[in-house]
Amino acid sequence: MSDLNTAMVEKYRSNFLKEVEANVEEGDWVKMCMQCGVCSGSCPLGNAWEHPPQEIFMMIRAGKRDEVLSSSSMWMCTSCYNCIVRCPRELPITHIMHGLAHYAKRLGLSPKEQPTAKFAQLFWDNLSKDGRVNELKLGLALYFMNGFGEGIKTSLKMKDIGLGMVKTKRMNVMEILGGHSVKDKSGFHAMLKKAAEIEEAKIQK
Amino acid sequence: MAKEYSFYPGCSSQDKASSSNYLRSVEAMCEELDITLNHIPDWNCCGASIGYAGGGELPRLALSARNLALSEEHNKGQDVVATCAACWLATKETQERLEHDSDLMAETNVALKEAGLEFKNENKVRHMVEVLIEDFGYEELGKHVKKPLEGMKIAGYVGCQTNRPFGIDGESFENPKYLDKFIETMGAEPVEKYDKKVQCCGGALAFSEPEKSQAMIKDIIESAYDGGAEMIVTPCPVCQMNVEVYQDQINAQYGTKFKMPVVYYSTLMAVAYGRNAKDAALDGQVIRAKRLEEIAAK
Repeated sequence: MSDLNTAMVEKYRSNFLKEVEANVEEGDWVKMCMQCGVCSGSCPLGNAWEHPPQEIFMMIRAGKRDEVLSSSSMWMCTSCYNCIVRCPRELPITHIMHGLAHYAKRLGLSPKEQPTAKFAQLFWDNLSKDGRVNELKLGLALYFMNGFGEGIKTSLKMKDIGLGMVKTKRMNVMEILGGHSVKDKSGFHAMLKKAAEIEEAKIQK
Repeated sequence: MAKEYSFYPGCSSQDKASSSNYLRSVEAMCEELDITLNHIPDWNCCGASIGYAGGGELPRLALSARNLALSEEHNKGQDVVATCAACWLATKETQERLEHDSDLMAETNVALKEAGLEFKNENKVRHMVEVLIEDFGYEELGKHVKKPLEGMKIAGYVGCQTNRPFGIDGESFENPKYLDKFIETMGAEPVEKYDKKVQCCGGALAFSEPEKSQAMIKDIIESAYDGGAEMIVTPCPVCQMNVEVYQDQINAQYGTKFKMPVVYYSTLMAVAYGRNAKDAALDGQVIRAKRLEEIAAK
């Protein structure tokens, strides 16, 4: 349990809806859900969710804090935006799911071996380092995210795809030495640092 | 006179990146249409749709706001145009959210100040497809065709993020027709009832949840074959890559015999506009688009 998590449990006590409204991206929309279930039925990975979006919204209102935040559900979102355009009440469901996933990760509650949670973090680390994505390093980090042994196995499995991409000049093995980046790295990093600080201060408040 | 836009190319279109072929074909297409793309200097990644785990709301908004601020400073008064679906979506989403939330706008500008920038929200954010439809129109686009793609039947796979949540003006979310119209305008025949045209390919989850994603990709390709297509065309780099490169793995898993080329609308247009295979980036196809190669060589 992170310190922040303990602080949040203390601060909001039994009102998880309030906690979500105050701290989760677009969280103030949650109470607008009318439980029609169109989002759950529209999700391309709907059957892979432990709790589909409609259920997540109900669980938030019912105060099921641990069950929601430690669920793998939100990490099943492919960002297809089907739910958003079909929701009769126009809840920004995709963003709420991203927001919940991020909040769970911030509190240290997201499931440890969730592959999309891991990959999403790798992606952020990759892009925020140089300002642009290094696709080769991202791919390798993905293959090896579950340890060396599995990494070798995955790399062999993906070998032909990698070769196809290199042959068509859509992947560059030299990117291992550096690759694309923004020129104003110091400004870029200072900007991200400041944005993270402002956000952190809002949540701590 | 050339039409000028402030261009946000995005990470995947860079030299030797996964959709570098998209950019090459877009450049050829734009030359034929007399479009000038002024690259936003020193642009950064938009965070795409999977950046949310590490990046909170404000850091992600700052990413796109930095690009928009750079565009305002260097490409004054020009609409920002993206070719990548995720770049367009993240940038447009940022603009919308900051426009409607003055607190977030102020906070974002505090962060931007660290990079010596300010976002004023002066310009529109558009997808290249919008430029083609709204600033040219199908009739005008058709006038540039030198080699009609006659006899080809093509499935227009629109996918998700060029279609939702913003979409293209005048198109429905459930059955957008603009790709079909592009196909027709280039002289080919679209698959009339392509039921998987807006089915998700898994997006970034093709990396983290390959089995779940490949099950969806299989349906997208199968439905194209069922409609009699010999090729799929798409406006999105992630769709293009996901639907093209996993076909061998899908064949091994499901016993299918897929070998379906997947190209960009700009690939079709570059060939139909008379450009050679290299300009149209046909050498960037992992599954070769042989019919287009033949037409390009004529």
